[in-house]
Amino acid sequence: MAPLLEVRDLHVELSTPEGKVHAVNGTSFQLEEGEILGVAGESGSGKSQVFLAVMGLLADNGRARGSVRFQGEELLHLSSRAMNRYRGRRMAMVFQDPMTSLNPYLKIRRQMTEGVRFHLKATRREARAKALALLERVGIPDAARRLGMYPHELSGGMRQRVTIAMALMCEPRLLVADEPTTALDVTFQAQILELLKELSVEDASRSLVTITHDMGVMAGLAHRVAVMYGGRIVETGPVDDVFYEPLHPYTRGLLESVPRVDAPSADLAVALPGQPPNLQRLPRGCLFRERCPRPRDECAVRSPSLLPLDGEHAVACHEVNP
Amino acid sequence: MPGATAKGAFAGERALAQWTGRGRDVMTRFSIKGILEKAPSVPGLSKRLEAASTLSEEQRLEDREAPAIAGRSLWADARRRLARNRMAMGALVVLALVGGAALLAPWISPHPYDEIYWDRIGSPPDWANAHWFGTDANGRDLFARTLHGARVSLAVGLLATVVSLIIGVAYGAVAGYFGGRTDGVMMRLVDVLYSLPFMFFVILLMVFFGRNIYLIFVAIGAVEWLTMARIVRGQTLSVKRREFVEAARALGVSSPVIIRRHIVPNVLGPVVVYATLTVPQVILMESFLSFLGLGVQEPLTSWGVLISEGARQMESAPWMLVFPALFLATTLFCFNFVGDGLRDALDPRDR
Amino acid sequence: MTEPLLSVRDLAVHFATKASWADRFKGNGGGSAVKALDGVHFHLREGETLGIVGESGCGKTTLARAVLGLVESSRGEIRYRGRELSKLGRGELHALRREVQMVFQDPLASLDPRMTAGDIVAEPLKTHEPRRSREEVRRKVRDMLAKVGLQPEMINRYPHEFSGGQCQRIGIARAMVLAPRLVVCDEPVSALDVSIQAQILRLLTELQRESGLSLLFISHDLSVVRTICHRVTVLYLGRVMESAPCDILYRRPRHPYTRALLSAVPVPDPRKERARRRILLKGELPSPWDPPSGCVFRTRCFMARPRCAADVPLWRSAGKDRGAACHFLPSS
Repeated sequence: MAPLLEVRDLHVELSTPEGKVHAVNGTSFQLEEGEILGVAGESGSGKSQVFLAVMGLLADNGRARGSVRFQGEELLHLSSRAMNRYRGRRMAMVFQDPMTSLNPYLKIRRQMTEGVRFHLKATRREARAKALALLERVGIPDAARRLGMYPHELSGGMRQRVTIAMALMCEPRLLVADEPTTALDVTFQAQILELLKELSVEDASRSLVTITHDMGVMAGLAHRVAVMYGGRIVETGPVDDVFYEPLHPYTRGLLESVPRVDAPSADLAVALPGQPPNLQRLPRGCLFRERCPRPRDECAVRSPSLLPLDGEHAVACHEVNP
Repeated sequence: MPGATAKGAFAGERALAQWTGRGRDVMTRFSIKGILEKAPSVPGLSKRLEAASTLSEEQRLEDREAPAIAGRSLWADARRRLARNRMAMGALVVLALVGGAALLAPWISPHPYDEIYWDRIGSPPDWANAHWFGTDANGRDLFARTLHGARVSLAVGLLATVVSLIIGVAYGAVAGYFGGRTDGVMMRLVDVLYSLPFMFFVILLMVFFGRNIYLIFVAIGAVEWLTMARIVRGQTLSVKRREFVEAARALGVSSPVIIRRHIVPNVLGPVVVYATLTVPQVILMESFLSFLGLGVQEPLTSWGVLISEGARQMESAPWMLVFPALFLATTLFCFNFVGDGLRDALDPRDR
Repeated sequence: MTEPLLSVRDLAVHFATKASWADRFKGNGGGSAVKALDGVHFHLREGETLGIVGESGCGKTTLARAVLGLVESSRGEIRYRGRELSKLGRGELHALRREVQMVFQDPLASLDPRMTAGDIVAEPLKTHEPRRSREEVRRKVRDMLAKVGLQPEMINRYPHEFSGGQCQRIGIARAMVLAPRLVVCDEPVSALDVSIQAQILRLLTELQRESGLSLLFISHDLSVVRTICHRVTVLYLGRVMESAPCDILYRRPRHPYTRALLSAVPVPDPRKERARRRILLKGELPSPWDPPSGCVFRTRCFMARPRCAADVPLWRSAGKDRGAACHFLPSS
């Protein structure tokens, strides 16, 4: 079965007054139908930019090159109008901050029905009924009344649910959630995570991509994980493989640095010293070399490619996978 | 706000932080320290780590400090951005030329500004006699008078603006920082003063104290500071909420010091922009006063006086109006362009 | 038992709002008050790290400011080294600031963008030790920068030229330069990447070990709190729900809110996550203007019963440094 989304050698460059920022540097991956892919990485890893490029939502100063195939069709160089047919309809994105991703001047109903009326030519009544149904599905009590409210009248957790409902209005095949729970309190975070899990279980043909820096969220949600660093995927594989047998030194360092509620870290050994790479002046060779515990000579010269090591578990490292 | 943390808002700033490539030197050297840090925690290791990562043994022995790396302040960034704005730079050049000419007026004009040439009253531009702009209705060289007029107009513009800046910033910062009743009282006073008709006030002053150039400074400065105070107060209100002001209070820094050290430098952005836009306003105001006959006294002149005189001779001797008006208009334009350029250069993105 | 360094009892901070025209028209003459904190109590000993955890609206930020004397308390007492904060004169309060310092949440925003790193770290010295010569100040600043892991040559750089982690180090240097005895950390690592978080936490614990200072560590992140704190206090809507030594709180939480919180935090362990059954709290956060009667947590509590609406649960102590406020605690 052909993958739903196929990204090959994606590069994204942002032109800033201080120079070009290489946000994504040769990323390739595939996403199957019904899969939940977790994209992990810290800030500057390029994880959000990859999917902004996929959705055609790069900022004005961004340029993408490479190949992005969605349901077999090449998306990368489509015009904005052509992309509009995909966005919202076949692929949708949920953003981090529900405060800013909802228009404060429009009522909820208006924002939710906008998409489906444009894409599917639904009538006002049909759209409203669907919005109501989805709001109830995402667990918003008293949904009918909420439709007539403005975003500021809802709490943060509810706003995030509304954005998820909004994204689902046209029944997209691909849902990208960029840090969906980061701006929420822990107890609301749990609710949203449960909701996302339920949504993906209930519709087996829908794929979900969760972009997050929170490894705990990743562990609970994803089937497959891709770890990004410096605009490249450094490790990818089934979630159990990556978490229990991390191969790349960055993944290992990251997992060791993550504080956990279930285990006291008596020794705050700093597993990952140093800083993330400067995306304006990419060094030659492996981008992780400066923070790597065991760099080799080769690492200064050639950047390692993402190669499978054990089944679906792939890693980009000269030491681990020469 | 229930249900949300501030965490989300900072992710974007973190990303931005990574992308503008700061402290590259630090990153390289820092990682060496990092590699040292990865050794298991040993008593006293932290002290040894400090030594290893900061100064080498050699430097320590010589008790020499490593030279400090110069930082790139936000003003420097703004200067760079301004330099890239060609309109603004062009305007600055023109202003510099006008200002330079005004300064050097006595030396570059072929004739003194107050000497009357009885045989050339009201004559058009005459290159043979070095009356490049012609003469005015009293037979005085217009070129010289225009440049001397520039002196007065620019002086009034700049000095009155500076005065209004000083008073306005002090007043506005104090009102904004202390807030509450103090702020209320202070700003009501500003409102009252605002409502006084400027013209009455000036006329009163002129009547009581005679026509004096310094009086004009006072009169105009006394009016312009009001808007400046309002702007500064508004900016102060938003700056005082920022975390670094709270940090200063937590340190126990006294209020006057906080205002001086933290508030004022951080409100200067819009203030500077407004100041460059105030100068043309003041020049215009002075011109208006002169037009009404309340400006500087003869034989001193200003652009306003020249324009007023020139307007009367507009049909018969247009050059008397054209040249001073051209200078005035150009100068005003240029100040406005520079003000716009400054506004773009001081973009809040970097604040 | 020696007197704790910081002792807070029945602390309440109410922010009163004046009655609006609408209120008066409707007949609510008095206006309302937000009870940001209502009866908070804890103590902190020398050399200890106490974690204050809670979600938004629990009042932890207000607590930080109250301890620093930046916000007036409406009720209760805050005792630092035995002396009640509100009774201190201006001079004494100023002297207090030397010993009680704060590290802020947003590393970049807590630094004045127009000042160099050196100026920022020097400010406490200039404020409290104005007699020091410029040379001495410079030396101290450089030493402090080195101590927090920054290169002293960076002394003339501006905050926007540093990364988030480095800015936080500057903030820590500023807090530590006067050798305080108590440092209040208000979400010091929340805005930082995971790998940098670990570095900063390590720095804090090292500094604490070296100088024996106490840390009041305020955070919403339960995982971070576990790694660094000796004892933990859980807040909800301005009141203390539970308090216990760190390990005990995390392994045997007694209060329903603590249990719900801990069950909600995701763990980077896929098998555990799959096997987990979360306690999902229902409902929304109550408005701080109108907190529920009796136990404030009852509107979302999975164990709520009629008694919870009628009576405010009293604090039930269960041994040294341990206690919870709930009518239906499991017997320990």
